[in-house]
Amino acid sequence: MTATELTQLLADGLILGSMYGLIAVGYTMVYGILQIINFAHGEIYMLGGFGALFVYAWVPGLRAIPLWAALPVLLVVAVAVSVAAATGAERFAYRPLRGAPRLAPLISAIGLSLFLQQVVFNFFTLPGSSMGVTAPVPFPQFETAPLDLAGVQVSVAGLLTLALAAFGMVALTWFVRRTRTGRAMQATAQDPATARLMGIDTDRIIVIAFAIGAALAAVACVTQGLRLGTVSYNMGFITGLKGFTAAVLGGIGNIQGAMAGGVVLGLAESLASGALPHIDALAMFSGSVWKDVWAFVILIVVLLIRPQGLFGERVADRA
Amino acid sequence: MSALLEVDDLRVAYGKVEAVKGISFTVEEGEAVTLIGTNGAGKTTTLHTLSGLLRPAGGSVRFRGEDLAGVPAHRVVALGLAHCPEGRHIFPSLTVEENLFLGAYLRKDAPGIADDLERAYTLFERLRERRAQAAGTLSGGEQQMLAMGRALMCRPALLMLDEPSMGLSPIMMRKIMDTVAELRRTGTTILLVEQNARAALALADRAYVMETGRIVLEGTGTELARAESVRKAYLGED
Repeated sequence: MTATELTQLLADGLILGSMYGLIAVGYTMVYGILQIINFAHGEIYMLGGFGALFVYAWVPGLRAIPLWAALPVLLVVAVAVSVAAATGAERFAYRPLRGAPRLAPLISAIGLSLFLQQVVFNFFTLPGSSMGVTAPVPFPQFETAPLDLAGVQVSVAGLLTLALAAFGMVALTWFVRRTRTGRAMQATAQDPATARLMGIDTDRIIVIAFAIGAALAAVACVTQGLRLGTVSYNMGFITGLKGFTAAVLGGIGNIQGAMAGGVVLGLAESLASGALPHIDALAMFSGSVWKDVWAFVILIVVLLIRPQGLFGERVADRA
Repeated sequence: MSALLEVDDLRVAYGKVEAVKGISFTVEEGEAVTLIGTNGAGKTTTLHTLSGLLRPAGGSVRFRGEDLAGVPAHRVVALGLAHCPEGRHIFPSLTVEENLFLGAYLRKDAPGIADDLERAYTLFERLRERRAQAAGTLSGGEQQMLAMGRALMCRPALLMLDEPSMGLSPIMMRKIMDTVAELRRTGTTILLVEQNARAALALADRAYVMETGRIVLEGTGTELARAESVRKAYLGED
């Protein structure tokens, strides 16, 4: 295997991983504040893609202009749909269960997850079919040829993924560290009762955390649609699980860790499908069918060595 | 003329267990009032209810003439009632200065906030030295200073201090109690909960003694410090 091939795998892994990272942030922020896993986050992510697809299909003007010009509209609608779904979920599926045993919001999340999948399944029927669409639905794609960077092929959608992930993380870090609401969010994560004594409306902070996570997940789904050319009603299940894995890998509760965990996971998957075939002893465990196995092997190994995740020490100083 | 804080027949329960069984007391503007009593007497529960973290099972709380029933904790602060909780509860991974700014979370007057930050640093020079340090790295005494400074950042009309001297070295304890006395001298109204009854009675205008959810004795600080039952039970004298 050549250096160029390896670089190609690393580039692909980085792109995939930064998309996982965008999803992982949503898990980690909600966990950081509420100590619950929002298992419907994968569906929040999926809804963003369908939101974008919906305006693209129903607003004729959007198809008449180049995709890059329509993209801001797609992103805004995707974010709006996901944020609406996530804040609605918070209000009706999680807030009534605050203070209930920890299993209750988990079950609520699983129910919500199935509910959202079925709504999308039933809503997007293909012409001539009375049933929902089980097959992936085509998503608009850039027609520009991939860029050739010294032999490494990177698609426009791939570059866009990297750019949006980088922008999202910089903006989020600035928000959390530098703004008044961001500091209130940190305070709420560290000590909710005392945060209320400061005059922080913690219910509002929780809604903001759900909304930010949903917005980033919606962006991730649009980039995924652009890269793969399809979205499907059940795409949130396995990708959501990967995002969750990335969050745990990076140390749940740590925002930068979530992105790092995503990148580690993306690289692992990419190398498992592309680099392992070159190692004779492991060749039979390689290829894209094995990539999920390797992704979760990495998770298990990291957790055995560092149960708090790669960057998990930040959670330990919770008082 | 009504008192700044009027508590009337307040009852608080955890499930079926009543922790506060109908207590009434007042705090007048400019006064330092202390609640003393042993562990489990209901002092901390009382403060948590006043600041809105707990809901009363009965009775009423009026602050500046306003009924606090149903007012959520984050609005109580806005009315001028600051609560410096037991066990400090500073935000460990935020810096000292960020913690102080959170005390002024609801205020919009930047110049006033800057003045009060300066006042907090003058009161506790140690905090100024450590302003950029993560609050979790401070010693217990420094964390107590930070918690008090943070509570003062909202310019409270009433400052409630819960066990400010708990777990501190004797020197640090004196420093903290001296600061409480100084705040009282400079006109801050204080409601102090303390297990260190001697120190609390020495600086309080008036005091209430709580036992298993009831107020069993009240009087001026000096009266209670002389009362035989208090000396036996709380000051460790025979």
